[in-house]
Amino acid sequence: MTTAGVRATARIEARDDGRGGTSLPVLDGEGPLALRRIRSSGSEARVMLVGAMSGPLGGDHLAVETRVGPGARLRVGSAAATIALPGQAKGEARYDVRLDVADGGELAWLPEQLISAGGSELFVSSCVGLRGDARLVFREEQVLGRVGEQPGRLTSRLTVRRDGRTLLDQELACGPGAPGGWDGPAVLAGHRALGQLVVVRPEFEKEMPAARLLGEYAALTPLAGPAVLVTVLAPDALLLRRVLDEALRDLT
Amino acid sequence: MSRAALLVLADGRFPAGGHAHSGGAEAAVKAGRITGAATLEDFCRGRLHTTGLVSAALAAAGALGVDPSALDAAADARTPSLALRVAARRLGRQLVRAARATWPSAELDALAREFPKGAHQPVVLGVAARAAGLGPEGAAYCSVYECVSGPASATVRLLSLDPFDATAALARLAPELDVVAHAAASAARRVLDDGVEALPAASAPLLEISAEAHAAWPVRLFAS
Repeated sequence: MTTAGVRATARIEARDDGRGGTSLPVLDGEGPLALRRIRSSGSEARVMLVGAMSGPLGGDHLAVETRVGPGARLRVGSAAATIALPGQAKGEARYDVRLDVADGGELAWLPEQLISAGGSELFVSSCVGLRGDARLVFREEQVLGRVGEQPGRLTSRLTVRRDGRTLLDQELACGPGAPGGWDGPAVLAGHRALGQLVVVRPEFEKEMPAARLLGEYAALTPLAGPAVLVTVLAPDALLLRRVLDEALRDLT
Repeated sequence: MSRAALLVLADGRFPAGGHAHSGGAEAAVKAGRITGAATLEDFCRGRLHTTGLVSAALAAAGALGVDPSALDAAADARTPSLALRVAARRLGRQLVRAARATWPSAELDALAREFPKGAHQPVVLGVAARAAGLGPEGAAYCSVYECVSGPASATVRLLSLDPFDATAALARLAPELDVVAHAAASAARRVLDDGVEALPAASAPLLEISAEAHAAWPVRLFAS
């Protein structure tokens, strides 16, 4: 028997409530993607993404769409790591994250890791659109395989645009069936945890943080626009998070 | 397409300054990730399928006449490392000089005027290939070959690797060079309809990270 994968889209919309806070007129989970508002901090609303089913599994097509309006401040986290697993349905799973932040809005997107379990096949696309003076912190962490396991096939594309100009466009493919050399000396060299942090701040137009190393396998680099990218490779998720947390503290 | 013109442009002795760059091999040798012919081959393979594919697609799109400023912005977005953007523009500036002297063309003149500090090297390579009468495949082949031959010849110098072994590694990569060059040319044709978003964006985290480390070394044999 073959089963079709799950299709689900979660939607979040954050608005300036006009009283110094941020309201969430849209907070709609669906299927495996449940959303919970948690206690806010100052003017910032906070949302937790809760996995209500396992997945994404093969054939699933999940999406999260987030819009942050002018002057609104939103922070999104997740309750646990997301684990890509092989499913009964054939074919790869897709996970599309679409984040739009209006002029003067601010988004901190800080989910837990994505774990690519053995035999899974997942394509993740994260597309961030920023307007004017929008501010962004975007973290992405990938762990290739659970402990002692070969990873699944994972392809991840991250695109960040600001007022129509593309600040960053990157794709990484790894795991069985990925183009050759993905685990070799030019790409991952055996590391099983990788992370990226993108920070966009209008004030970087005036003063851009300088490029620097954050360890043997970690670097901060200014992008061609008011943004920086931190790229980290680590042997495991714990060490990865430590470097990313330190970089985030330094930048914000 | 003139095969002879392709050889002139792809020749390692074409005076565009490429010999001063190792394509990340110097940093990888120092870190012990390239230790001989086998690891050199794997390094080149990884580079080929990531930044090699992206560069070849940019070059192929340039050869098709896609607007060089759009391609240059796309190259910026696909090159997060500042050290690598600086190196790519320096190489682009040297290549535009050599190419203008070799194949005088109004498009190369315009490119040099628009980017006095240099456009990204693959973009210049594409416009140069066009001036030399080469199509997108020719430009892509030039680019993919340079992507692997640069690290190979640098490693011969850095490790005193036997040049026969380095060349054999390149020959073993040849079927994959074919595949990537054709994939790059197809992507470039899609750019004509869909814009630069259709360009591949494959990345190699270690090349990005170690380029920043390498640029900070006080003494080095290669510029990148």
